[in-house]
Amino acid sequence: MVESRWWITALTHAVLLLGVLVVLLPIYLAFVASTHPVQNVIQVPMPMLPGGHFWENYSQVLGRGVPTVGNVPIAVMLFNSLVMALGIAAGKIAISILSAFAIVYFRFPLRMAFFWLIFITLMLPVEVRIVPTFQVAADLNLLNSYTGLILPLIASATATFLFRQFFLTVPDELAEAARMDGAGPMRFFFDILLPLSRTNIAALFVILFIYGWNQYLWPLLITTDRDMTTVVISVQALVSVMEEEPQWHLLMAVAMLAMLPPVAVVLLMQRWFVKGLVEPEK
Amino acid sequence: MQKRVLFHNPWLPYVLLAPQIAVTLVFFIWPASQAILQSVLLEDPFGLSSQFVGLENFQRLFADPHYLNSLRVTAVFSIAVALLALTTALVLAVMADRALRFAVGYRTLLVWPYAVAPAVAGVLWLFLFNPTIGILAYLLRGVGISWNHYLDGGQAMLLVVIAAAWKQISYNFLFFLAGLAAIPRTLIEAAAIDGAGPVRRFWTIVFPLLSPTTFFLVVINVVYAFFDTFGTIHAVTQGGPARATEILVYKVYRDGFIGLDLGGSAAQSVVLMAIVIGLTVAQFRFIERRIQY
Repeated sequence: MVESRWWITALTHAVLLLGVLVVLLPIYLAFVASTHPVQNVIQVPMPMLPGGHFWENYSQVLGRGVPTVGNVPIAVMLFNSLVMALGIAAGKIAISILSAFAIVYFRFPLRMAFFWLIFITLMLPVEVRIVPTFQVAADLNLLNSYTGLILPLIASATATFLFRQFFLTVPDELAEAARMDGAGPMRFFFDILLPLSRTNIAALFVILFIYGWNQYLWPLLITTDRDMTTVVISVQALVSVMEEEPQWHLLMAVAMLAMLPPVAVVLLMQRWFVKGLVEPEK
Repeated sequence: MQKRVLFHNPWLPYVLLAPQIAVTLVFFIWPASQAILQSVLLEDPFGLSSQFVGLENFQRLFADPHYLNSLRVTAVFSIAVALLALTTALVLAVMADRALRFAVGYRTLLVWPYAVAPAVAGVLWLFLFNPTIGILAYLLRGVGISWNHYLDGGQAMLLVVIAAAWKQISYNFLFFLAGLAAIPRTLIEAAAIDGAGPVRRFWTIVFPLLSPTTFFLVVINVVYAFFDTFGTIHAVTQGGPARATEILVYKVYRDGFIGLDLGGSAAQSVVLMAIVIGLTVAQFRFIERRIQY
């Protein structure tokens, strides 16, 4: 920067550290609470350092579940969340990359009509068409199934646009050369276009995995069996019984488990994540 | 933009598009048209018959004090969330941009909440603000404020605003940081040589040049506050106390699934669709404008 006066630098770091504190405090205290027995957590003020009940609390919620919400092990719900998040991420990428390929590399009747049809999905999040979408899913027997959790959420205008933008920057010479060598469109797609899109796919995968993992309204509606539901929904189920039997230590352990996979993905794949998030807007 | 080299095949493009189009038609277009259809019908409570009532559902909706309350609550909620999340993120991004060598380190520490589900974010803050055991409620009692968001609508609103904004800070921070990095250093140095201090430089150079990013983020934050915070509201306050935090999306859910008022819920869906279309158009006008830069 331009100035290098010591107090400006000190102020800069003070503000940043305060910001980091505010951002990380809720996560830290949730972790602390998840490592104590319940009587420590409900005393006021609660302890500020982790306790010795880490294994007790986590093995209970993972292996045996919580009695007040049906004793379903959280491990089962973590698995459901994982299936849903991977299914949504992989499904969205697969169908979007194929449609972007069709729209960029072919001319055919109704091309623009299809393009606009996909575009419209951008304007219709689940939240605005709750009841009729639920009816469709119920009519198709999709309640309490992985297909029901995944399929309605995999149409994606944003991913299609992203791939379309990227394909438009791929040099025409590549397609030309492939055609001269006698490669058909699908050969070109699998041997040239797909390997070129690797970075874009990785970036998109991080964003979509988090999107899928954190889905709330749709799993809430479509899963009524406790052992088909996701870990985020089970956090809410635990909160709703907190009045009768406060088990904050277990609730916080479940909340930590619900955060861990997406936070780990963001931190480990930070480079792709930032690229995927910020750069499509440029 | 058009491709020069094209493949020719009479049926392949349709096959490639089929999965996307099928999902779109079944789960987007059909339900949306059902919502529009139901919004002009009045169904009897048993779902046996329905009659065409024109715009009556909409008239009923806008005469309903609960709906008007929900509109007001949503406006307050989304403005507060956007304002809080944007200003905090902007301050942190400007500081991180100054902290050159450490910027990536701070970024790593600040991106966490992006990955936390809105409902889980709500529960974390619920724990801190719990009237009996919450550490922040305890500290507030220490300075003479009695905190109970189960009874006080204003406090409940504050709680969900904090939880929703907390989660959105990381997203805004990343975009502001990218926006700041794109501002030419020479401009700032020139201003410094002319004697402008850091505060003056921020308001006359940095802030105006960030305005495309800011405008984009305002739209994104409003969309987030309108739709993605359903989980926060549902897990933390259930719209209460006394409908003080009942945002539009929560009301659609409650009227449709708990109240079973299909016509009313569908009319609300149609209003929401109009809002999303408005916001999307605003977003795209902005992107077009940015391309001309």
